[in-house]
Amino acid sequence: MSEHRIQLHVNGKSCEATVPGRLLLADFLRHHLKLTGTHVGCEHGVCGACTILVDGRTARSCLMLASQADGAKIETVESVAGADGKLHPIQQALIDHHGLQCGFCTPGIIMTVIEMLDTVPAPDETVIRDWLSGNICRCTGYNGIVDAVLAVVKSSGKAPS
Amino acid sequence: MKPAPFDYVRPDSVDEALRLLSTLEGAKVLAGGQSLMPMLNMRFVQPDHLIDISRLDLNGIQLQDGRLHIGATTRQRDIEFSPLVQQHAPLFVEALQKVGHVQTRNRGTIGGSLCHMDPSAELPTVCMTMDADIVVRSAERGTRAIPMREFVVAYMTPAIELDELVTEIRLPVWARGHGYALEEFARRHGDFALASAAVLIELSNDVISRAAVTIGGLAIAPTRIAETEALLIGQNCAQVDVEAAAAPCGEIEAVSDTQASAQYRQQLARVMASRAIARAIDRARR
Repeated sequence: MSEHRIQLHVNGKSCEATVPGRLLLADFLRHHLKLTGTHVGCEHGVCGACTILVDGRTARSCLMLASQADGAKIETVESVAGADGKLHPIQQALIDHHGLQCGFCTPGIIMTVIEMLDTVPAPDETVIRDWLSGNICRCTGYNGIVDAVLAVVKSSGKAPS
Repeated sequence: MKPAPFDYVRPDSVDEALRLLSTLEGAKVLAGGQSLMPMLNMRFVQPDHLIDISRLDLNGIQLQDGRLHIGATTRQRDIEFSPLVQQHAPLFVEALQKVGHVQTRNRGTIGGSLCHMDPSAELPTVCMTMDADIVVRSAERGTRAIPMREFVVAYMTPAIELDELVTEIRLPVWARGHGYALEEFARRHGDFALASAAVLIELSNDVISRAAVTIGGLAIAPTRIAETEALLIGQNCAQVDVEAAAAPCGEIEAVSDTQASAQYRQQLARVMASRAIARAIDRARR
């Protein structure tokens, strides 16, 4: 079985490692870099708990090999709050609107919302639910999550698209 | 679950990839990984070698001589947002909005979807509707183009040799203003369709002059329904008997499995076809 030297950027810091060919990116982040905010739910790409940003776009880290991330810019949920610990608007809104209970799906949801708001400045409820359809939540019934996203959109002052 | 051990290799050029494909035994090609990685993680496949082609210069979208040329490793998300595709093959855009989820479309590729060849997948269905040509290449025999109608040999098995790589998909475009629609039925958003219908319509002086109707999810491959197409052609767009035209769509053989019985799939095919035909005609009239 092959081993590979990879160089990548994770949450703004460059890092190098030698990894087995079959090591999943999710496991590399969690076990090698100790970034356990990214969660592993189904390991076959349907639940979205492992969602991260790869070169600015969401991706399921359980469906990528660490070797494929060579040269990539990775952002995980650990990078979302400010350096001073101040919560990102979506994090605060999820708390305010009961958008999480056990929190297992939450990091994946946060990364999806970040790409959503980068792509569609003022999504309405239909667009939000469509974007979130790739993230499964067992606890909340989704309404609190949708309310949180709508609250972030509203407070950003943009008109719905 | 984690994949069984394999040797991972990432060639820098198509030639190198082809050389690897023709010399390595037990090799699978990895592009976007959205279909293959789940199978690897669950150990449904256990290749000895994984050839990562995601860095090869096989992506890009161009319009040439009335055909859209889409590189095999072009990400589905890039196709969905391509102005060329939105203008010349809007059926593709409608289909892509139903493919998986945003996260899977960010990585998934068109070539990968075609090689995975899930019978209910949207991209093979629209490629069949548009009479795509699938261009493949091997180190020993060079390039050949396989018409979509000949691309599927068995369940989830495309007609490519072990040493061949899909490099490009070519789609002849339909006339400006053509009508299009894709209807599918799945129990949950993002689930594989139990049945789907993709329709393209061209009008000439309010008469349907050209029609393509494909049913997905019933047979091992998306199936063009020639009888429905023949029933549509020649009808005045304001007086089409949609139900009668859609009826043959429910008559193809369908698979029965834990998701749905054959009869239910056939019923769904008829209904999806009716809806898609009505919507495509409506779009063509605007």
